Amino acid sequence: MQADTLSGGFADPSIGSSHAFRAVMEAMARPGTVQEISGAVPPAPLSPAAGTVLLTLCDTETPVYLAGAADCEALRVWLAFHTGAPLVGPAECMFAVGTWDALVPLSSYPVGTSQYPDRSATLIVERPDLSATGAALTGPGIKDQAALSLPEVAAFQSNHALFPLGLDFIFTSGDCVAALPRTTKVS
Amino acid sequence: MNAYNFAYLDEQTKRMIRRAILKGLAIPGYQVPFASREMPMPYGWGTGGVQVSAAVLTPEDTFKVIDQGADDTTNAVSIRSFFQRTAGVATTTATRDATVIQTRHRIPEEALGEGQILVYQVPIPEPLRFLEPRESETRKMHSLEEYGLMHVKLYEDISRHGHIATSYAYPVKVEGRYVMDPSPIPKFDNPKLGDMAAIQLFGAGREQRIYALPPYTQVVSLDFEDHPFEATKADHPCGMCGAQDSYLDELIIDDAGGRMFVCSDTDYCEARQAAGHKGKDAA
Ligand SMILES: [Zn+2]
Repeated sequence: MQADTLSGGFADPSIGSSHAFRAVMEAMARPGTVQEISGAVPPAPLSPAAGTVLLTLCDTETPVYLAGAADCEALRVWLAFHTGAPLVGPAECMFAVGTWDALVPLSSYPVGTSQYPDRSATLIVERPDLSATGAALTGPGIKDQAALSLPEVAAFQSNHALFPLGLDFIFTSGDCVAALPRTTKVS
Repeated sequence: MNAYNFAYLDEQTKRMIRRAILKGLAIPGYQVPFASREMPMPYGWGTGGVQVSAAVLTPEDTFKVIDQGADDTTNAVSIRSFFQRTAGVATTTATRDATVIQTRHRIPEEALGEGQILVYQVPIPEPLRFLEPRESETRKMHSLEEYGLMHVKLYEDISRHGHIATSYAYPVKVEGRYVMDPSPIPKFDNPKLGDMAAIQLFGAGREQRIYALPPYTQVVSLDFEDHPFEATKADHPCGMCGAQDSYLDELIIDDAGGRMFVCSDTDYCEARQAAGHKGKDAA
């Protein structure tokens, strides 16, 4: 096993994940806000933010899909060591991680069922940068209107139209995190 | 090694609860199933709220617990000291100083802000339970938005009492979709549920459900055009602080059956008294 594999976890998993979760929860509860998140140092090509989200939310109970360049030996081994999460394809995953181009099309992922809309995938989308500018957002969690630098607009509109079914998105870049639940109207 | 895990729960359980909270925030008002754990306190003591608090607390938080508005009941004191010991958090009774507030049966009078999280202890999360005991059926009713029976039940109140008699756990509709039980808060508190700046999380331990309201979510109390919803309270000012706008408890104050009305939110009442407000029963 390489040193890379064993390192890069939370210095103190209990405290580190509590801080990281609060950042993710604030992001999901307030779409359009960009939160700082840190704690994990995953192998390339993953950002510290994406690695931290994975270590905070994933374990043996959460099938993960590594999309595109994220599906590399170093990351597979790192994720297995730190979380034990089973690796699967997009149709079976609870979490997926990768760049937008690697993750699409969204039709590949579970959107939940009418009785269990929570049984839907959460996509962790790696972005070159994140800012509260760009597409206009309205909906729960947003006082009047917010904005977020999204990779596109149409896919999120189609996803929102599925409500209460649908996917939820966590955007990561460097040590920043933002989110877009299915409830957000994007224009 | 510490004697406890941070905030008592093991990491795997906290991850499971945290995932449920995120899905709850993404589907406001929908009850997310979770695998509730045994807690070192009985179910009636808000084990659902305790598990949600355990999953959201960080060591930097300032924690407040209220039970029917009061910080000093046995239940509130023991939950507060539980997290003081297991999570090392600071505690407070002042609503404005708290970052996480766990509550049973009230929403604080003072408006909550963006840096705050309100965690409700929920005994029965299913608003349709009294109409339909089977979980498989209520789940189907929610999925099909079959909420007609709920309106029938409220309308029966009107034909029997001349008004809607349901005064606690008054059902609400969230973002025009899910009917939700706000926990047994008085209906006086219902208008505070909507458009709140704070995050609201609901935990039911025995029933193993978590649900949530993100900030600034639309929450409407069910009603009828000819019988609109009314956030009623006892028609008195507080005897201690004189507040006209707070929810009141009626207290028996002597053997002769003397009564007084006093704010149920003790922090609100004490802060007003400290600021010089005085009710007619104040010494
Ligand atoms: Zn008072």
